[in-house]
Amino acid sequence: MYLADASPIPPGISWFLLLAPLAATVAILLHLHRKPEMAMFASVGSAALCFLIALVVSFDNVPPPAAWTWIAFPGSDSAPGLNIEIGMILDPLAKGMLLIVTGVGLLVHIFSIGYMAHDPGRGRFFGGLSIFMFSMTGIVVATNLIEMFLFWEGVGFSSYLLIGFWYTRDSAAAAANKAFVCNRLADFGFMIGILTFWKMMGTLSVEPDKLAQCYYKNVLPSVHNILGNGQLPNLFAHVGSVEHMGGVIYGQPALLTFMVLGLFAGCVGKSAMFPFHVWLPDAMEGPTPVSALIHAATMVAAGVYMLCRVYPLLILSDFGMDVIAFIGCLTACGAALIAVQQNDIKRILAYSTLSQLGYMVMAVGCRGPAAAMFHLSTHAFFKALLFLAAGSVIHALHEEQDIWKMGGLFKKIPLTAWTFLIGFLALSGFPLLSGFFSKDLILAFAYTHHPFYFWVGSFTAFLTAFYMTRLFVVAFFGPPRTPAAEHPHESPAVMTAPLVILAVFSVVAGWSFGGYGIGNYYHLWAINQLNATGQLLPTGKYIALPELPGFYGWVPSMLVIAGGLTSLWLYWDRSTDPLNIRILAQKFYFDEIYDRSLVGGQQRAANLLSWLDSWILEGLIIRGAAYVTVGIGELLRLFQTGSLQAYAFILSLGGAVVIYLTLFTH
Amino acid sequence: MEITLDHYLAVAAVLFVIGLMGVIMRRNLLIIYMSLEMMLQAANLTFVAFSRFFNYPAAASKFYDPADGQVFVFFVITVAAAEVAVGLALIVALYRLKETTQVQNLTTLKF
Repeated sequence: MYLADASPIPPGISWFLLLAPLAATVAILLHLHRKPEMAMFASVGSAALCFLIALVVSFDNVPPPAAWTWIAFPGSDSAPGLNIEIGMILDPLAKGMLLIVTGVGLLVHIFSIGYMAHDPGRGRFFGGLSIFMFSMTGIVVATNLIEMFLFWEGVGFSSYLLIGFWYTRDSAAAAANKAFVCNRLADFGFMIGILTFWKMMGTLSVEPDKLAQCYYKNVLPSVHNILGNGQLPNLFAHVGSVEHMGGVIYGQPALLTFMVLGLFAGCVGKSAMFPFHVWLPDAMEGPTPVSALIHAATMVAAGVYMLCRVYPLLILSDFGMDVIAFIGCLTACGAALIAVQQNDIKRILAYSTLSQLGYMVMAVGCRGPAAAMFHLSTHAFFKALLFLAAGSVIHALHEEQDIWKMGGLFKKIPLTAWTFLIGFLALSGFPLLSGFFSKDLILAFAYTHHPFYFWVGSFTAFLTAFYMTRLFVVAFFGPPRTPAAEHPHESPAVMTAPLVILAVFSVVAGWSFGGYGIGNYYHLWAINQLNATGQLLPTGKYIALPELPGFYGWVPSMLVIAGGLTSLWLYWDRSTDPLNIRILAQKFYFDEIYDRSLVGGQQRAANLLSWLDSWILEGLIIRGAAYVTVGIGELLRLFQTGSLQAYAFILSLGGAVVIYLTLFTH
Repeated sequence: MEITLDHYLAVAAVLFVIGLMGVIMRRNLLIIYMSLEMMLQAANLTFVAFSRFFNYPAAASKFYDPADGQVFVFFVITVAAAEVAVGLALIVALYRLKETTQVQNLTTLKF
């Protein structure tokens, strides 16, 4: 991917990354949703084209196409200009992400052909997938925060469409609303972050070379000297002095921390971090391929990707980074605890996704964006695999999702079971599978940053192995617990082929092929960024990948195996759950608390406003005005007798008054 | 006694008020109509009187001509004649419809 030669392929080809799914969406929206076969063909074809272009662009080193200027306001000395362009970043970070999004996306599209084969609305389904592909590639290649934000909302919208795909089910409609509202709330913070970014940087561009310039030449020296001489660098000239940036917090300008927290708010919503995590488990109401693609592998990782994209600015705020690491850590551990006591196969995987996203965000907070992206990539493979395999199980059992109603599936649907096993081991961090490498890298960064994160992360790894073993043992072994589980049927090849491909990647994605693995790839990217930007970092300790020293290197793997064995001992050949931890089964009562406080409070506020609207606004002001007019009209009606002579009399009286006023009142 | 402008105006005023009273008080549509004509003639008389008593050379200017008043009278008479033609036709039509010309019976012009 670092070929130096210029490619003979025209850069404009990259636009088709966006145009192909967009064209498929438009075609399905306008006409093809009535013809499911054609819609399927258009959608899968566009995904395949996207993947092909992503391959070409990544491996042939195609330069990004020229950007198209959308909005341009010139700046002045006192105010920054506004220049919004629709362009493409094709740096290593974006290329890696593009390959994952389009690759996993294509596999999920293919899987959906089989999974949705009997659904009458599948034309609409594929339309939703295509608009998702369009928005997601848009986020990945966005050159500035406004462009990113547009596509960011686009994925939120397509997520809404697909969660509520079976909109006749109340729970699906409610889940779609919940996801959308949670995301909108968090995106409000993101918007504030973007505006602060613009105010501080004078630009909205997140292109790496521009960020690097800002960072190296202007920001970093100032942040380190800001308490020394109180001077702000050129970059912040239009902000004024440090007082205008809200003073100093943790030794850095408060506005900078504010910006970092604002941008992180966007990630909190999209990546479902605590306390906005509640929408993701409910999002499992959507079809399983949607859960695999959008709510596990790609969209929810967009928040992590965005953090890595603006990483050079994030690390300017120690406080912001601490918040990011802590929230990530909290989500990782909390979600894993909840997953221990869930019974719905998709919900367990959803909480596992939350937990792994928490890992990635914690990695960013622990100064390891390369580890975060590495884990994002491996996670995309094995989590998509797990969801698709779960979909295959659900398909085999005719829409049964409760693991306690499964059992004995291992021999009956062997291909699904074996691929699920691989995904489960990779997710748990079983040695030499992909998750092992990425998780250990994150824990190494965490250890380097602060041992607290290492220990919580290791405990989470223990829990991950525990609940995944529980899921696997209960669902695939023991006696069949329901009639449906006795005669499952293996899914068709169009569904199992993606499983096998993903299983292969779940195994090898973590490997380092003589320095060419995904981990090295992102590490190289991170080093390049640090080289461009980070000469002033205090030490060179981040230049080499961190490693866990001696004993600590064994801790995570030992905990993983311990977790797996504990779970095996507890759950082997059981027909009911020997553990009964109510607070975990009830997900720490988050939904209840939100229902009581936020939803209840919102209801009360809405009732008050409704009362104000119907009585004060509509009653007093609008109807009141109408009634006053009507009353005056009724009064005037008394003068309208229909008698000609009365009119003549009033007319002459009026004339007399006019004459009197004209002649005698001067 | 010399007859002055004031006398003419007084006669015109009396004539006007008689017409107005007739319009307001009388019940027969034809009488009302005649009273209306009387009011118009009161106005005509005023025009003519002003025209007659203007100091001709002093008042003449680029904008006024004392003869204007007399010309107006012809206009009023012409318009009144046209009005009578239309008005009488309406009254006849109304009579055919309602079989009355008493205004107390013609009060449908209301909401």
